[in-house]
Amino acid sequence: MSAFAALIVQTVAASIRAGGGALTGLLFFLTVVSVIPFGVGPDLNLLARIGPAVLWIGVLLSMLLGLDRLFGQDREDGGLELVIVSGESMPLFVLARACGYWLAHGLPIVLAAPVLGLILNLSPLALGAVTLTLLAGSPALAMIGAVGGALTAGLARGGMLAAILVLPLSVPVLIFGVAAVNGAIADPDPFLAPFLIMCAFTLFSAVLAPIAGAAALRLGLD
Amino acid sequence: MGVVSSLANPTRFLSWSSRLLPIVSVLAALTLAVGVYWSLFVAPPDYQQGDSVRIMFIHVPAAYLAMFCYVVMAAAALGTLVWRHPLADVSARAAAPIGAAFTFLALFTGSVWGKPMWGAWWVWDARLTSVLVLFIMYLGLIALWRAFDDPSRGAKVAAILILVGFINIPVIKFSVDWWNTLHQPASIVRMDGPTIDPSMLWPLLVMIAGYTLTFIALHLAAMRAEIYRRRARTTEMLIAARPASTAVRPTEAAATGAPPHTAH
Repeated sequence: MSAFAALIVQTVAASIRAGGGALTGLLFFLTVVSVIPFGVGPDLNLLARIGPAVLWIGVLLSMLLGLDRLFGQDREDGGLELVIVSGESMPLFVLARACGYWLAHGLPIVLAAPVLGLILNLSPLALGAVTLTLLAGSPALAMIGAVGGALTAGLARGGMLAAILVLPLSVPVLIFGVAAVNGAIADPDPFLAPFLIMCAFTLFSAVLAPIAGAAALRLGLD
Repeated sequence: MGVVSSLANPTRFLSWSSRLLPIVSVLAALTLAVGVYWSLFVAPPDYQQGDSVRIMFIHVPAAYLAMFCYVVMAAAALGTLVWRHPLADVSARAAAPIGAAFTFLALFTGSVWGKPMWGAWWVWDARLTSVLVLFIMYLGLIALWRAFDDPSRGAKVAAILILVGFINIPVIKFSVDWWNTLHQPASIVRMDGPTIDPSMLWPLLVMIAGYTLTFIALHLAAMRAEIYRRRARTTEMLIAARPASTAVRPTEAAATGAPPHTAH
C-alpha cells in the first residue's frame, strides 16, 4: 500500500475508533437538524422550503467538529517532524489527511442527509439534489477545513479558532450548493451553472488547500 | 531593493519613522479638517437624497481603505514568507486592527445611510455582505495572532491565512453577487446612476487623501508600538531566563510574598 493510501486509512481509523469524533459529528448533525423545527415551528411547507439550506448548514457545522484533531495529534506526538524529515511531499500529506477526514467526517453525514431530509418534508427530487450537491461540495469543506486545522495545529482551543477561520472561507461552497438545490426544485432558476461552479470550487480548493496547509504546518513548527 | 532593505531595518525604521510620523499626522489632520468642512458644509446637498448624501464622504473612503488595508497586509505577508523580513510581520500585524476599524466604519456609516434611504439598517445586498465577510476575516486574523504566544511563529502562520484570504476574497465577492442576484434582484439602489458632480467629487477626493494619510500615520504609530512591545517582551524573557546566579531571587521573593518577576 502506498504511503498516501496508508495515511488515508490511518486518518479514517483514528477518526472512527472510540474517542475519534466521527460519530460525534454525525450525532451533532442529527441534533442540529432536529432542533431547527423547534425554532422555526412545525409548518411543513416552510420546512420544505428551507430544508435544503438547513441540511447544508448542518453539514457545514458538523464538519468543523473534528478539525482540532486533524493535525493536533501529529503536532503533539512528533509525527509531523517525521513527515518533514522523511522528505515525503508535505502537500500530499495534507491532501491524504483531508481525504481521510472527508471519508470519516464528511461522507457519513452526507449519506445521513437524505434520511433527515424526510423529516423536513423534502420532495424526492430535492432529496436527490441535496445529496448530489453535498457529495460534490463537501470535499471542498474538508479541504478548507484542513487549512484551518493546519493553521491552528497545536494551539490551545485551536478547534474553536479553526471554526471561525473556516466559516467565512466556506461561504462560496454554501451559496452555490444551496443555489443548485433550489435550481433543481424551482423551475426558472438554473441547476447546472451553480452546480458546476461549486464543482470547480471543490477542485480549486483541492489544489490550493494542501499547499496552504503544508506551508502553515511547516511554518508553525519552529 | 538596497534602499528598501536599509530603510526596513527595525532600528533605522524607528529613527526615520519618528521624524516622519509628526509630519504625516499633521498633514492627515489638516487634510481631514479641510475635507470634513468642504464635504459637510460647502458641498451641495443631493437633489434626491438631500443632506444624507454627506454620509457618503465618510463612508466611501472608509470602504476604500478597508480593502486597501488588506492589500497592504497581503504585500506584507509576501514579505514575511518570501524574504522572511521581521518588519513585514510587524507591518501586517499593525495593519489588521486598523483595517478592521475602517471596515467597521464603512459598515456602520453604510447602515446609518441605509436607514433613511432603504428604510432598513441592514439589507442583504451583495456589497454589504461581502464587506461583512471581510470584517469577519479581519477579526479571525486578529484572533489567530493572539492565539500564538510566540509572535514570529504567529506572524508566519497568519501570513498564510492572509494570502489564502487574498485569493479567496474575489471568489467570495463573486459568489455573493451571484447569491444576491438570484434572491432579490431589483431592490438595490445602484450607485452607478448619475455620474458624480465635480462639486461632490473634489471634497470626496480630499477625504480619500485625508483617510489615506490617517491610515499611514496610524500604521506607522502601530508599527512602532509593536516593535517596542516585542523588544519589551524579549527583555522580559531574557530577565526570566537569567541563569543560576540569580536563582535565589524566587525564594527571596517567595519569602517576602511578592511574585518573582516584580523583584527586579
